[in-house]
Amino acid sequence: MQEHDSLNNVLYIDLSKKSFRIENRRDLFEKYIGGTGVATQLLHENCKEGTDPYDPSSPVILAVGPLTGVLPLASKTVAMYKSPLTGDLGESHAGGRSAVAIRMAGYGAVVITGKCDFPVYLSIQHNKVFFRDATTLWGMRSRFTAARVMREREKFPGLRAIMRIGQAGERMVAYASVTTETYRHFGRLGLGAVFGSKMLKGIVISGKRSIPVTDRKAFRNLYDEVYKAAVDSPVMKKYHDLGTAENIGKLNAINGLPTMNLKQSSIEGIDNITGETIAQHFLVRRFFCAHCPVSCIHVATLREPYEDDPYFYKTTFVGYDYELIYSLGTMLGITDVNKLLVLIDKVEELSIDAMSTGVVMAWATEMQEKGMIGEKETDGIVLKWGDHLAYSEFLKKIIRQPNEFYEAVARGVDHASSVFGGREFSMAFGKNEMPGYHTGPAAYIGYLIGARHSHLDNAGYSLDINELINAPLDAKTIIDKLIEEESLRQVLSSIAICFFARGIYKIDLVSRALAFMGYPYQKEELMEIGRKIHAEKFRFKVREGFSYRNQNIPERIYETKDPTGLIRKELIHEALEYFGKRMGVEV
Amino acid sequence: MKLSVADLKRCVGCQLCMFACSRRSGEGGLINSCIEVRSQGGISKGFTIVVCAACGDPPCAKVCPTGALIVRDKGGVRLDSAKCIGCGNCKNACIIDAVFWNEDENKPEICIHCGVCAKYCPLDVLAYH
Repeated sequence: MQEHDSLNNVLYIDLSKKSFRIENRRDLFEKYIGGTGVATQLLHENCKEGTDPYDPSSPVILAVGPLTGVLPLASKTVAMYKSPLTGDLGESHAGGRSAVAIRMAGYGAVVITGKCDFPVYLSIQHNKVFFRDATTLWGMRSRFTAARVMREREKFPGLRAIMRIGQAGERMVAYASVTTETYRHFGRLGLGAVFGSKMLKGIVISGKRSIPVTDRKAFRNLYDEVYKAAVDSPVMKKYHDLGTAENIGKLNAINGLPTMNLKQSSIEGIDNITGETIAQHFLVRRFFCAHCPVSCIHVATLREPYEDDPYFYKTTFVGYDYELIYSLGTMLGITDVNKLLVLIDKVEELSIDAMSTGVVMAWATEMQEKGMIGEKETDGIVLKWGDHLAYSEFLKKIIRQPNEFYEAVARGVDHASSVFGGREFSMAFGKNEMPGYHTGPAAYIGYLIGARHSHLDNAGYSLDINELINAPLDAKTIIDKLIEEESLRQVLSSIAICFFARGIYKIDLVSRALAFMGYPYQKEELMEIGRKIHAEKFRFKVREGFSYRNQNIPERIYETKDPTGLIRKELIHEALEYFGKRMGVEV
Repeated sequence: MKLSVADLKRCVGCQLCMFACSRRSGEGGLINSCIEVRSQGGISKGFTIVVCAACGDPPCAKVCPTGALIVRDKGGVRLDSAKCIGCGNCKNACIIDAVFWNEDENKPEICIHCGVCAKYCPLDVLAYH
């Protein structure tokens, strides 16, 4: 860790007092590198045990890493907070320009506490923080207005990150997102709702500076090595060409794609919504994250005719990827691209997590189908698989919450099913709605034990598809492999690279890169730091009441065909018991 | 050799060109960058690239009170740093905003048309001929 690297600076902002201060926290960055490692410690320091996620004292932490602004693909910001969805660890990663902008503004991390007494957005420019009145933007439906206002009123075009919440965050829907650069999100665990509880509409942050390295030659050489791998390797090309949507057809073919609330694991008409089809007929543009040559963000065009005027069309650019096609497509029985894009666009407008929203609506559809709820609960909406207009109406009500049913739904499917029933097909793990991988037991064990209950924690689906599909593994081996992968990923998210680049950023390359940033860590030391960070995250989770034993595991996962044929209750329970032993937790 | 924007529509806004330009100093970051990628009013509308157009009769040089900007034979200017007093006239004179400012040194960052940005453009948005 270099003494004069601005990464050491942590910006503390108090929204109640409308004040800020900058502290040098080299102690943290030296020990925990940055990103997830440092954010976890800042969470421990700033979030007292049992804090309500919406209490003004509840912190929002944004952290970047030493390689941000130095090497390509180190483009993620790690957000940490107490999750209103799960009640324990909230961690979301987003790219766009956010990470480079925070680093260029001169910070390794930003800690936001307090609550403003009126809607506000923050403008962070170098060593100044401006508290701007956002009253007029609060409650506004258009997602573009807030971003445009921040764009036009603040300086530094081209260098800024503009993060903002939508109506979902303002109304504190527990799975509201924070959107950055129009198409990227801090998603999943409700960061948007925490912003909303603080009356924080958004943040615009920018700056421009140089970042010192200890060995310029080593830096140049490694830069070229990473750049070449990013541009030339087939692994990265896949993300550029079709993007993650490439997997839709593949997972459908092996019965791994959750469909209609996982009543099935493949769907008829899949050819209409595969990555290939959308790319051929609807893809109009790809986008970036700052300092990444891959441009994996795929944007399709949605052309909707106005009924009152012939040859008059509304044209919208809608971002899509695997998770969106799953959650707002197959999970809801939608196999028409235009209908899918309409729903994605609505979800974007509200800035709400697509996966959670899709899963919640799939559960509600099945509840109504089975007669377990009626139109009284849905406030007059009749949900039907494939009916995107009904889902669009449902979305509006999640925001407005006109009755107890929608109030429950706005807290997530785990909570809603604990009130209204349907636990056996309430598709959440660790209270987080499932991602689109019904690939085998490792995926589910991964969701259950992962610190974020996300497929990105430990990539259990990858273990299913690459190993378990060929031959079974015992519970212990599965757990050992998942813990090892999750520990390694703590290192990658602490240097704050994109997980898509994990094939390039092997641990020895990470060690070489950190060397010229002043970190003398060898491979094994890095792995040890990863294990420590992983343990620290669990310490927070357990402190906040997480129990690996007392989790609802919906029966549905045992009933629906999967690619491995190995999803069995005994295996999963045995794995959880062994996991508890390995992590040294009794709960 | 001159730098040009060959096909703006291929630009995805990744900023690799900006980082490449700044990296000439040997360090990371963006402070020395003489090129900038901006959105055309919101990301969904695409991008625009701000870079020196290598004017034959450069307005930036005309307003330099100390003669610190020397006109190059092939257009554009080069900076004699010792003469520069950091007045910022050059920056104000460039109507395409292609004179960037180094806040640390209080001096302009002037594109020397070396082409390193084009070399790191993965999508051939920039050309160097």
